[in-house]
Amino acid sequence: MLNRPRSLLFAALLLPVAALAGDAAAPASRAELDAAGRAPVEPVVEGPAPLVVLANATVWTADGDIWERGYVVLKDGRIFAVGEGDAPTVPAATVLDQTGKHITPGLIDTHSHLGVYASPGGKASSDGNESTSPTTPGVWAEHSVWPQDPGLERAVAGGVTAIQVLPGSANLIGGRGVVLQMVPHRGSRAMRFPGAPETVKMACGENPKRVYGGKGGAPSTRMGNLRSHRQAFLDAQHAMHEWDDWDEKAAKAGKGGKKGKSKGNDDSPKPPKRDLNTETLIGVLKGEILPQIHCYRADDMLSILQLADEFGFSVRSFHHALEAYKIRDVLAERQVASSTWADWWGFKLEAFDGIPHNAALLTEAGALAIIHSDSGIGIQRLNQEASKAYWTGRHAGIELTENDAIRWVTANPAWALGIDGATGTLTKDKRGDVVVWGGHPLSIYSSAELVFVNGRLRYDKQRPGQWSDFEVGQGVDR
Amino acid sequence: MSPRLALLCAALTLPLAAPALAGDCTVYEGARVHLPEGPRDGFSVVVLDGRVADVGSNLGLAPAPGGLLFRDRTCTLVKLAATDVITPGLVTVGGQLGLVEVGMEGATRTHDAGGDEVRAAHVVANSYDPRSSVIAVQRIQGITSAVVEPTGGMIAGSSAWVDLLGATQAETVIATSVAMPGAVVTPSPSEGLRRLSELFDDARRYAANRRAFEENRSRPLVASRLDLEALQPLLAGDVPLVLGADRASEIEALIRWSEDEGIRLVIRGAAEGWRHAAALAEADIAVIINPYVYGPGSFDQREGRADNARLLSEAGVDVIISTSSAHFARGLRQMAGNAVRGGMDHTDAVRSITSTPAEVFGITDRGEISRGAYANLVIWSGDPLEISTRVKTMLIGGAEVDLTSRQTNLFDRYRELPGSPVPDLPLPGPSAVPAGG
Repeated sequence: MLNRPRSLLFAALLLPVAALAGDAAAPASRAELDAAGRAPVEPVVEGPAPLVVLANATVWTADGDIWERGYVVLKDGRIFAVGEGDAPTVPAATVLDQTGKHITPGLIDTHSHLGVYASPGGKASSDGNESTSPTTPGVWAEHSVWPQDPGLERAVAGGVTAIQVLPGSANLIGGRGVVLQMVPHRGSRAMRFPGAPETVKMACGENPKRVYGGKGGAPSTRMGNLRSHRQAFLDAQHAMHEWDDWDEKAAKAGKGGKKGKSKGNDDSPKPPKRDLNTETLIGVLKGEILPQIHCYRADDMLSILQLADEFGFSVRSFHHALEAYKIRDVLAERQVASSTWADWWGFKLEAFDGIPHNAALLTEAGALAIIHSDSGIGIQRLNQEASKAYWTGRHAGIELTENDAIRWVTANPAWALGIDGATGTLTKDKRGDVVVWGGHPLSIYSSAELVFVNGRLRYDKQRPGQWSDFEVGQGVDR
Repeated sequence: MSPRLALLCAALTLPLAAPALAGDCTVYEGARVHLPEGPRDGFSVVVLDGRVADVGSNLGLAPAPGGLLFRDRTCTLVKLAATDVITPGLVTVGGQLGLVEVGMEGATRTHDAGGDEVRAAHVVANSYDPRSSVIAVQRIQGITSAVVEPTGGMIAGSSAWVDLLGATQAETVIATSVAMPGAVVTPSPSEGLRRLSELFDDARRYAANRRAFEENRSRPLVASRLDLEALQPLLAGDVPLVLGADRASEIEALIRWSEDEGIRLVIRGAAEGWRHAAALAEADIAVIINPYVYGPGSFDQREGRADNARLLSEAGVDVIISTSSAHFARGLRQMAGNAVRGGMDHTDAVRSITSTPAEVFGITDRGEISRGAYANLVIWSGDPLEISTRVKTMLIGGAEVDLTSRQTNLFDRYRELPGSPVPDLPLPGPSAVPAGG
């Protein structure tokens, strides 16, 4: 079910840019048009990947195994080998003895506003909510991301190697999210996680009705929320049929050898008028764009699942999802992930029934739990947050393993973002997204000491670097 | 009544698993105990009539039927694991525990007097609701006391010290005025301080010329009579003024200003406090800090750093670590643990959430484990700052605290699905009188 849309999308991403942009009269398909908007400008710069053996550490694969003594070998940016016991001899490799240390996959945060609500906070850096209309699926978070946000490097210092940056939740449909790998670049586009699917942020419940109802507009109620959600998808459905017709006709014309030949070809069917709002939602309807939906209450989540059923799409992850524990059977059955906190609650009424056992109960029920941050502070200690949720569950008598806990911040978020084939576990041939911790990663006293992103050393606790231009000349002395 | 009969009667009148009552005597034996001078292993604590009656490594108590003999009392013996740790109950400082149920629901907020910039006579303890469900959620993470604060204006009112066990204000409010939170109001720190100075000057003049005021022979003053009266303990240095400041330059100005005004100051925030650590120590200004450094979260925090707590503490500043939150107060020990991760001495970190707040806010019989102290104690399964550690037992005034909350109740309700709504009710038992009989 999940592979089909991804492979479609990958195909679109792999098309050469020139083919997309060069001949406006001959777009190959709707998906290609969409991908053209993501064509890179700035070259993606990465240094040579070191050949390195991390030896004698406790290795957490996040794939079921925690080996008290094991190794990870990074080569060409990938995990070349991972295993238990003595590290293999790798000619020409740099061997780093990590006795007493722990190695996990890089942490992944499904819910960040780094870059779109950058530090230092203020009016000028508030780029996260296009709260001028309750449905803005046409905006893209990546266009708001400020890659110089000093919060980014602090997240890496917390062991984070990939994040999903989302628009805020003022809007029912807030716009596209973007999955970034934590590699500094001058523009956010070059930070895109290679091959990651597109995502869209949606919201239900209090926020949209407060923001727009507060302005005397719509929606002002939960039923108003759903009316607007449904109407937006109805519009998208209509547009999708137009595009499907065109795709079909264009394909036929292509078979006749006429497609894209010349501007004056009268046989070429005219594409429908492009509309950025419906394009995003068509992507959702086609299963190409993964919905990430802010919801707190169980009944609100059920309303959204009803919406998804009506229009035939799958919710990839609910976000915050404080009452997910109340419907964990439904979420498990439908394979909907829940991105939640360890213990946030109570700041608004729809957050009043949040309990710290949420992730543990979901996991026990076979539903996919994720610990997310939604916070520039929380993202610096996601391991601690996972630990709190883990120990709350354990102390309450829920059977959980440390492997479950580490998956809440690695493998499970990777799945929710559609990048589980590339990262999220320590598995041979996956990307070298790897963290070396000073001690047990669920201990409050442990810090990330080495963070590799795509096989390159991105952070070293002993030699903290400085990414952000903002901090240059500020006398900041960490 | 024989002792055995007394025991039997007690057993009959108490429900199963009854909490120890204040007035009981219990010896908690053989754990690591955090004393004012630091942790000591293999120590025991005697709790008698709600207070710590004795603490030591070898108390030499004689066995008695049903326990140990302490003075002329028979005490229940609770043997602890050597890895267990006893600390004073944690104290959460700032925030609105018991003053707010749901942050974004205005009707549930009771901490802001509104109106004038000066609300010195506002006693927030009168709003404190000891039966708020938010309290137990925090309490079961080892928090036994809170300094709860009013908000708003240049002077928000008086903060109260509350103990977190009991259903009435009479039982829970230990002191109605332990500090006055205020604000260096905008548009600039310099203007904010000028306005505070003007207020304090009027308050002093008022106190020196009460008669003139009563006879209507006073020039106009910037605050009302009750507010000017309420400021007198602050001007006398009996209660501290709590002001927020992060930027080093603002902290520097506050240190100088507070000395000029002759008042006791506590600085909340102090993200760049480490820049003036020595001066803060010298001026005896305590700080309330949050060690979750975000770097330059604002232009006032450009030099925030992870070892702020360590640098301040090592310079001799009284450091209080706090979430300054109602709903997240339970994260206190995680915060203190992060300060240790950032280099702070572990014992100092424990002090920063126990004895230091008690000292700074003048509550002399709480916050530490010593003879005569009020028995607010937590027995932990290990290092209180480590995430895997849980509260085994906690006492407030010697009374054992029930380790449940609305959240554990919800957990129990949803332990098996569907949880809610509950299944159809069975019919009630058949009527005693047959129908038509």
